[in-house]
Amino acid sequence: MRFMYLVKHPGPPGNPTPEMMEAMHKLADREIKAGRMLDNGGLMPVQAGAQVRIADGKLSVIDGPFVEAKEVVGGYAIFELRDKEEAVAMAKEFMQLHLDHMPGWEGTCELRSFAGP
Amino acid sequence: MAADIHRTIVAVWRIEQPRLITNLSRMLRDVPLAEDLTQEALLAAFEHWPAIGVPEKPGAWLMATAKRRALDHLRRTKMLARKHGIIACDMEQEQQAMPDLDSGLDDDIGDELLRLIFTACHPLLSREARAALALRMICGLTTEEIARAFLLPEATIAQRIVRAKRTLSESGLAYETPRGEELSRRLASVLEVVYLIFNEGYTAARGEHWLRPQLCHDALRIGRVLTSIAPHQPEAHGLLALMELNASRIAARTDAAGEPILLLDQNRALWDQLQIRRGMQALGRARELGGAGGSYALQAAIIACHAQAITADGTDWPRISGLYAELAALVRSPVVELNRAVAIGMAEGPEAGLLVVDRLVHEPVLKGYHLLGSVRGDLLHKLGRYEEARTAFEAAALLAGNKREQDLLRRRAAEAAKAGTAASYRL
Repeated sequence: MRFMYLVKHPGPPGNPTPEMMEAMHKLADREIKAGRMLDNGGLMPVQAGAQVRIADGKLSVIDGPFVEAKEVVGGYAIFELRDKEEAVAMAKEFMQLHLDHMPGWEGTCELRSFAGP
Repeated sequence: MAADIHRTIVAVWRIEQPRLITNLSRMLRDVPLAEDLTQEALLAAFEHWPAIGVPEKPGAWLMATAKRRALDHLRRTKMLARKHGIIACDMEQEQQAMPDLDSGLDDDIGDELLRLIFTACHPLLSREARAALALRMICGLTTEEIARAFLLPEATIAQRIVRAKRTLSESGLAYETPRGEELSRRLASVLEVVYLIFNEGYTAARGEHWLRPQLCHDALRIGRVLTSIAPHQPEAHGLLALMELNASRIAARTDAAGEPILLLDQNRALWDQLQIRRGMQALGRARELGGAGGSYALQAAIIACHAQAITADGTDWPRISGLYAELAALVRSPVVELNRAVAIGMAEGPEAGLLVVDRLVHEPVLKGYHLLGSVRGDLLHKLGRYEEARTAFEAAALLAGNKREQDLLRRRAAEAAKAGTAASYRL
């Protein structure tokens, strides 16, 4: 099964600490070598992107920042795993790194299963 | 609830399993034993976690438990050796038995994993045994899962694994990565097994299930592992490309009722673009490394022609038939020649394709191979020789081992019969 991981945090992102970066790289390296991580990437602040929205039957383009957004997606990863249990275990390991290396950080790792066979 | 924690434990263990087995193999220099002890760590988790809850760092818990078992084992064998009065090379043994456990043990497992893969896929073992061991040691599958995937009784797989492990233990094989010429020979034996696992999942040979995608994913995983830890081997990239590109069509290969859809009839919008991109990257890497002419890379290049055609009509058939000619010269297989016939049929017309097929009719290797009749029937149908087409499809249906393929061939026989009747009315 393929899973998309979206890492979200409230407000503007603080830069990850060097320890966090190192721990993340180590985990990513392990997972690439284990053949489970297919793709990953960090995302620039919302101002670098935009929203194209439909509301009241009208299409509009909105530049950030988006006041109503409580959480911002800061990065993503795509994994190929056997089942949801494995996916959750992987997310917990990833989030544990934040607990260990970025005290005070709060956020969510949302994992979504791809539609498909 | 109990089932829930059971599944969580297996999930965590599976994530950690490659690191557990490689670390223990390095400590013990004995892969079969290391495998036993990683299983013991799993059992220990089953025993303790329901009571204490899943530890905050489950991976570290499993690793500590497994290492403790390994140390116990080393101490036991040392005591046994003492008891038998084998104290001679004690100093040497001391050093061997108690390696520096913390020297980067948890860091890069690449080399270790490669050694493990080479051991699990040792040419000393049968192909079937290599496949079972690889799934177990590298992907962390249970015996039961392997048995289900290969549609075999669990006892058969269990026995296969026990025997293979015994063979490895008794052979006194050096636990090391082969080098030089030996490396490419041994790598071929690994790739062969990975491709066998992939194909077992891609087209199940027997039974109702036409596709068992999980085995494809397991094979892909090993392929990705290999290309990341042995990045200079062109054929490893070639095989990965072939598997990624083939797997990109999994969602499009069957209809809602599970009936197979042939490549040219597939909805190309369902082809997985992420996987195609990965396949093309791997193929590009194989070529950069000078491996464009390798057998896996050639097969991947053929599939790449399909993957890159936006519509079936846009397929570059002359290029495909050229690649098949190259492949046929390399592997001299009638099956490849049969595929070349299909490509020639598309590039130059059914007459030219049939010429190649008819040369293969008496090939002993293709006796009993349903695709020969299937291809022949298709070309005959296109030439308007409906009665011959019907006979060919019907004969092929009798040979097909899989019910869905049988149904498809019978359907084509009926179509040919119908077209024949319609044609005779027109006359």
